Amino acid sequence: MEPLLEVKNLTKRFGGLTAVNGVDFAIRPGEVVGLVGDNGAGKSTLIKMIAGVYQPNEGEIYFEGKRVEISHPAQARELGIETIYQDLALAGNLDVPANIFLGREMKRSYLGGVIRVLDTHGMREESRKLLETLDVHFPSLTARIDNLSGGQRQAVAISRALYWHAKLLIMDEPTNNLGVVEQRKVLDLILRLRDQGIPVILISHTMHDVFAVTNRIVVMHRGRKVAEKRTENTDPQEIVQYMVGALDDTRLAEQPA
Amino acid sequence: MALEATSEAPTTTPRRTRSFEQRAILTVSKIWSWLFLIVLIVFFSFEGTGFVSIRNSQNILVAITPILLMGLGQTFVIIAGGIDLSVGWVMGLASVVSALVIRDTVTLLAEETERQGLSSALYSVFAAIGADASPEAFAIILGFILGVGVACVAGWINGVIIAKLRVPPFIVTLGVSFVARGVALLLSGGNIVGGQPRLLRDFGNESLFYLVRGEEKAFYILHRPELTGNDLRLLDRILAWPVVIWIILAIILGFVLRSTQFGRHTYAIGGNKEAALRAGIPVDRHLIRLYILSGFTTGVAGVLNTARYSGGSSIAGDPLLMSSIAAVVIGGVSLFGGVGRVSGTVVGALIIAVLQTGLVMMAVEPFWQYVIVGIVVIMAVLMDQARDLIVGRAEA
Repeated sequence: MEPLLEVKNLTKRFGGLTAVNGVDFAIRPGEVVGLVGDNGAGKSTLIKMIAGVYQPNEGEIYFEGKRVEISHPAQARELGIETIYQDLALAGNLDVPANIFLGREMKRSYLGGVIRVLDTHGMREESRKLLETLDVHFPSLTARIDNLSGGQRQAVAISRALYWHAKLLIMDEPTNNLGVVEQRKVLDLILRLRDQGIPVILISHTMHDVFAVTNRIVVMHRGRKVAEKRTENTDPQEIVQYMVGALDDTRLAEQPA
Repeated sequence: MALEATSEAPTTTPRRTRSFEQRAILTVSKIWSWLFLIVLIVFFSFEGTGFVSIRNSQNILVAITPILLMGLGQTFVIIAGGIDLSVGWVMGLASVVSALVIRDTVTLLAEETERQGLSSALYSVFAAIGADASPEAFAIILGFILGVGVACVAGWINGVIIAKLRVPPFIVTLGVSFVARGVALLLSGGNIVGGQPRLLRDFGNESLFYLVRGEEKAFYILHRPELTGNDLRLLDRILAWPVVIWIILAIILGFVLRSTQFGRHTYAIGGNKEAALRAGIPVDRHLIRLYILSGFTTGVAGVLNTARYSGGSSIAGDPLLMSSIAAVVIGGVSLFGGVGRVSGTVVGALIIAVLQTGLVMMAVEPFWQYVIVGIVVIMAVLMDQARDLIVGRAEA
């Protein structure tokens, strides 16, 4: 299948430091790709280039087969690339529909558009339908986000991305700070997205999560992609060895026996 | 205890079960300011003679006009996570500017009319817009527009420096407060700007309805019955014009905050500015508008002050700044942003005014009001915290 997103030779330098060095990779619909690496390996920088936060010094990004320049986060979003950062970017004082529709509220017009009122009912109904398609259930949609659990918040952030027609989801450590049960639920949600044809790039430190949901794993070390493995052909131990630099597919000669 | 997030265990699990006491505290913390206001009124109605009367209630409604108007804009600003300390002196500036404009316009129009107008270019301009028909009304309208306008400009300056130059609102509005103070004192020479037309005093002191006690046809709409001397004491003014104006503004702004995108964005910015930015809300532009709104309601307070006292006073607003913030806080607006309502601010302002009037009528040393208002402010914040403890502001 045609890749939805493909990056070629992507490179980002900050002064003398090369944070990302000539990385190639691709993701297709129906896939979950794990992006792993130690702190400072360049995962975040790579993702931020795809999300439009940073501009690459070298290399190309192809989305739906076309070459794209993503110079701003809003541009990435227009293309259908949604990034869910660890902080989720939710307004804790507002309820679920308010957050899903944040900045793009539904309104009803009165007096020929002179008075425009928030369509609270409409937004609640849309949110309910959306959460149903994701098989997510809340006791009450009108609860403040602050009163929801971490997993529920994650679900709200994902719903928001989907409502605005995300084609590709990038998730940064989505299971951080979650209880075991909640972690499981978020991972289930990722699989459900995959089955609905929305590929997910999952950044995670937790080997268990990565092995639970991914089809492929891309390992980065010091800015380079040192391995790309199908998940069924590898194991956590091997991945960790790549992460710490003990193994490196790009330097086969130096690979220890 | 985590809530249910997926289908594996649907909605059967209840939300945290709260004990009766917790629910009671929760309810009280939500409506305590209303309860407190009612308790105060009941208390004073037994203690103070004539506290519950048409006249006294109308006096209270008139008295809260400036702190309530300042508090209305402040409500929006604080919900968005900011603060506007400039409202006190900006109100004085608006009062002075409107008074100067009204006085000088009336004078100018009179001179131009005396010069047999026709030859004067300026007069023909006035005539063209109908100002010659009622020079006083024209002068008052112009004065109000410019008085409110100058306050909006002050708010715009606050907003631009806060939003674009990223200076903390506390500092910016403090600075603008001093500038407004200086300009107001320079313009007025530190004096009351008098020489106001009669029509202005009428506007400031007349009301929508009148009630004459002990008379048969006692109720008048818009038309003030002719009374003189001792008979004037039988006259009650109901809904004075300043009161009508703040009620209308409170209703409009309450609606805007609760039911429009503008209000929703105000809450979002106060709740999580970063999230608002990433959701594509034009945060800078919105903040500037909020400070202009604060300037606007403050400007209205300033020009109404000019009308009520038939004079521009630069120092009128300064003593009211802290009361207006207290009204907002008592009304349940969190200084951390994200929480609050316009109706709360109205109740907060009423509590302060009822305390002041009630204590005076009980012949308590008036300075006690400050002690009590101070305690009420702290109580308001404690109530919020009690609520947060129970609801659990962040439980993840």
